[in-house]
Amino acid sequence: MEYTYYPGCSLEASGKSYDESLRFVFRTLGQKLVDLEDWNCCGATYYMSTKDTTSLVISARNLALAEKYGHDIVAPCSSCYTILYKTNHILKNNLIMKAKVDQALKKDNLQYNLHLKVRHPLEVLVNDVGIDSIVSKAKVSLSGVKIAEYYGCQIVRPDRGLDDKENPQMMDLLFAALGAENIDFPMKVRCCGGMLMTTYPDVALELNKKILESAYANGADLVLTTCPLCQVNLEAYQNKINKKYKTDFHLPVLFFTQALGLALGGKPKELGIQRCIIPFQLKENVQGEAR
Amino acid sequence: MKEDKLRTEFLRQVANIPGGESIKKCIQCGCCTGSCPVSYTMDITPREIIALFRAKDIESILSSRTIWICASCYACTVRCPQGVQVTDILYALKRLALEQKIFPKRFPVYSLSKSFIFLANRYGRSYEPGLIIAYFLRTNPFKLMGLIPLFLKLFFKGRIRLLPNRIKGTKAFSQILQEAEIMEMIVPIREA
Repeated sequence: MEYTYYPGCSLEASGKSYDESLRFVFRTLGQKLVDLEDWNCCGATYYMSTKDTTSLVISARNLALAEKYGHDIVAPCSSCYTILYKTNHILKNNLIMKAKVDQALKKDNLQYNLHLKVRHPLEVLVNDVGIDSIVSKAKVSLSGVKIAEYYGCQIVRPDRGLDDKENPQMMDLLFAALGAENIDFPMKVRCCGGMLMTTYPDVALELNKKILESAYANGADLVLTTCPLCQVNLEAYQNKINKKYKTDFHLPVLFFTQALGLALGGKPKELGIQRCIIPFQLKENVQGEAR
Repeated sequence: MKEDKLRTEFLRQVANIPGGESIKKCIQCGCCTGSCPVSYTMDITPREIIALFRAKDIESILSSRTIWICASCYACTVRCPQGVQVTDILYALKRLALEQKIFPKRFPVYSLSKSFIFLANRYGRSYEPGLIIAYFLRTNPFKLMGLIPLFLKLFFKGRIRLLPNRIKGTKAFSQILQEAEIMEMIVPIREA
């Protein structure tokens, strides 16, 4: 299948390894990602908090550009995914808003005809490619790795109808099929605080501490995320959390595509694993073992 | 008088939210507050927000810390037994507070939004180092020093872009934004 790829700003910088590993995974599974030309920032929560029409306009510019490609748009960053999805939803349900947005887009000869479907790569991999087909292409077993699958808030909430809102299973089923052991992880959809790490760090550190604590107490070797902001909060601020709460967390936090890439036989470097602040390596006895 | 104005404006914002009218159905059960991961640090809980709206005291809501602490994780929205779109209502309140320039005393979110929007409008894309620097210059420049170790760590891992990426059509992009600003002012008339 072919998809239109919207990387989003984070995947060009702090979340670069998400981009690298996602491309690897899609390529290896025979799925085509076509880059959306000249995409712009989705607006994130910042625009949504300031101006409603403008926030929809800048996000709809991407939808209008992507529609011309004729395929579903795939947005890996949870925040971009939510914003694009929400814009699409509002424009389909609010004709007045749609008319206002069209009027603004016309300034660049753009028009959005509501034909697009906004999708997250996790759901594309599980639903379109299928877990069985992924497992049949796996080269390395993940057995012996205890994983805490962290979904965060934006991909299952609000009603996407993709998975359970309180206890999503997509990543759990995928990685269990690849041989990994899923730990009990009641914090899997708890919020990491997002941009609160900048605006109200005390609140965000507390939220992230609780998530890491839950993963750690249940014996996780590895936390997987679907979102570049969750990844930075959980990984890059672990040191700060350890200092503040006198904890001793040392948990690697990878994007789910990085772990999936390893299972598909990718080299750590191709998957951007060297970009982690807290290093992760598959255990010796696991590496190279054919399924 | 002021309450009436804020109320009209708020209801207009709510009308733009799909499912926004469900605010009328709130039964004050407090499931939103119980589900919220940050309600422990709010001055007014999400349930109280709706109670204050009913008590005709929107001004208190707008000057609360609550609307800015919300990280929009949607836990309240998916658990509400009445389908109240709590998160989107909080977004509407944020917009209203900014528009009416009603800010709580300590106000980092406004500075972060302003910095973000400035950069996104200019380049068409977000630019992380620029965002952080602009934000701390507006709030507390001394805190920038404390971020240097993290910056260096990320930099050596190749996770920081020194220069911003920009889109090709920045000129057309700003024309779109100007038109959006005008569209922002067009308000459909609805019967009360």
